Amino acid sequence: MRSPEAEEMTEALQELGGHIELKRPDCVLSWEIAHDELTVDVALASLTGFVEFLKTDQTCRFSTLIDITAVDYPARAKRFDVIYHFLSMYQNQRIRLRVQVREDEMVPSILEIHPSANWFEREIFDMFGLIFSGHPDLRRLLTDYGFRGHPLRKDFPTTGYTEVRYDEGLKRVVYEPVDLVQEYRQFDFMSPWEGAEYILPGDEKTEETA
Amino acid sequence: MDGNPTPRGYEDALTGEQTIRNFNINFGPQHPAAHGVLRLVLELDGEIVERCDPHIGLLHRGTEKLMESRTYLQNLPYLDRLDYVAPMNQEHAFCLAIEKLTGTEVPRRAQLIRVLFCEIGRILSHILNVTTQAMDVGALTPPLWGFEEREKLMVFYERACGARLHANYFRPGGVHQDLPPELIEDIDTWADDFPQVLDDIEGLLTENRIFKQRNADIGIVSEDEILDWGFSGVMVRGSGLAWDLRRAQPYECYDEFEFQIPVGKNGDCYDRYLCRMAEMRESTNIIKQACAKLRETPGDVLARGKMTPPTRGEMKTSMEALIHHFKLYTEGFHVPEGEVYAAVEAPKGEFGVFLVADGTNKPYRVKLRAPGYLHLQAMDHVCKGHQLADVSAIIGTMDVVFGEIDR
Repeated sequence: MRSPEAEEMTEALQELGGHIELKRPDCVLSWEIAHDELTVDVALASLTGFVEFLKTDQTCRFSTLIDITAVDYPARAKRFDVIYHFLSMYQNQRIRLRVQVREDEMVPSILEIHPSANWFEREIFDMFGLIFSGHPDLRRLLTDYGFRGHPLRKDFPTTGYTEVRYDEGLKRVVYEPVDLVQEYRQFDFMSPWEGAEYILPGDEKTEETA
Repeated sequence: MDGNPTPRGYEDALTGEQTIRNFNINFGPQHPAAHGVLRLVLELDGEIVERCDPHIGLLHRGTEKLMESRTYLQNLPYLDRLDYVAPMNQEHAFCLAIEKLTGTEVPRRAQLIRVLFCEIGRILSHILNVTTQAMDVGALTPPLWGFEEREKLMVFYERACGARLHANYFRPGGVHQDLPPELIEDIDTWADDFPQVLDDIEGLLTENRIFKQRNADIGIVSEDEILDWGFSGVMVRGSGLAWDLRRAQPYECYDEFEFQIPVGKNGDCYDRYLCRMAEMRESTNIIKQACAKLRETPGDVLARGKMTPPTRGEMKTSMEALIHHFKLYTEGFHVPEGEVYAAVEAPKGEFGVFLVADGTNKPYRVKLRAPGYLHLQAMDHVCKGHQLADVSAIIGTMDVVFGEIDR
């Protein structure tokens, strides 16, 4: 089913992954190719050096920063994945870097190497509460002025904590704790055949008889 | 003072020095040239912009957070509300990401329909951008003429999916419904007439003295700046780099279409305007090719399987199909675990979806990479040293839409 072009692309990525690991064995923890995409796991300490290398190395030339984002895994000791996407317009290749970060750790800013990292890092600070060391202007970006909390963390409720409305008496917008008129609809899609625990009325009788 | 006035009357009496401080003004969030809800804090030295601090997030709806608690199919309409002038291009990226993870092959007819509507979206967006940018620099007629064409295109949207704006038409595995043959004919006829309208708009703008004075040599971006600030789309092509994802990393069936990639030379607002006009002509060309191919390609428009609903007739007669239909629209389909990034050449540049799936029916994390976000980020860099009046020309040429920037 796979087209010859896709095969060729995967081969090129294999080559690239091998090249990067050979040149920078100290930075690369591991690398893999999945869905025709190269993902490299990098240690937090060697991040800036590695990004610099990717930008300047002639076979890489990953000179465009596409995206920086984070993913929250609350159950893990290193709670966050910070994910960098780079593109090389010259080699026509993409790469993804994945860095695991603890909640209390600081991430080195790559602003010096890629000025476009500015807003991405501000957004991650805003949404996840990760602090970037060396960022000159780490303000909140997308949320309201004076907002508290970090919305994209998994323990932040989708409804948030405050709601706003215009108060006719005070003639201004007021902030109030969220008051849900109707309960937030979260359906449990787990199939009853797959072991979901439902307590149905009458279930307690089975225990009494046993 | 000894009654001996200084030649100029404004020197500081004590030190003899002038005290001048820069002037700060607030631009927006409600300003017709802000293209939405952009607030700029501008520091001016006379009329020269010294610093420009964009405040965004006034239209932040928490799309990424909302998407984490909804199924993949329920999430699709959120994509329409990002760049709401070309909704189907965004849906496309999300569908591509899901299809990449699940390994779904899209039927050929659906691929052609997708290309057709992506190009319609590109024209929708470019008309809006070119004409409103002209309005920002002082021309009122172009938007009136351009919006008439947008209206016709939105009628095509409506005839395909029932909605003028928020289409929800592209689905993982294809498109929701097949196009009636009359619609294809009508789109084809429209594509015959559209170049005439483009000529009219070009006649208004291209050699217009005021338009040229306001746009030529304004907001020049060089190759290095493009790389440093992560530009994409017309912002790149206006500076002479022939970078287009449709050509460089072909997705869908763009590799079988013939089209040119127009590039500018100077990288200023005027060249970007010319690029957009030329791109609309190329898109019209692609639309005509897609219509011709669609006539010859009958067939299904959805990859029938777990991700897509059964046909209506089947659903009404087969119990299994009915159960499938019910489960699909309540529980939704499950996407295998993995991380994937899918990008499309949206009208404004590279629109990408980074999807982390955990094997359930809801995405674990979705990151939407909007092209306008990076363009607007470079506002400070591009505006520095320009006149205050050029700020609105630069906002216009960057093609910012706050649906996608604030998400």
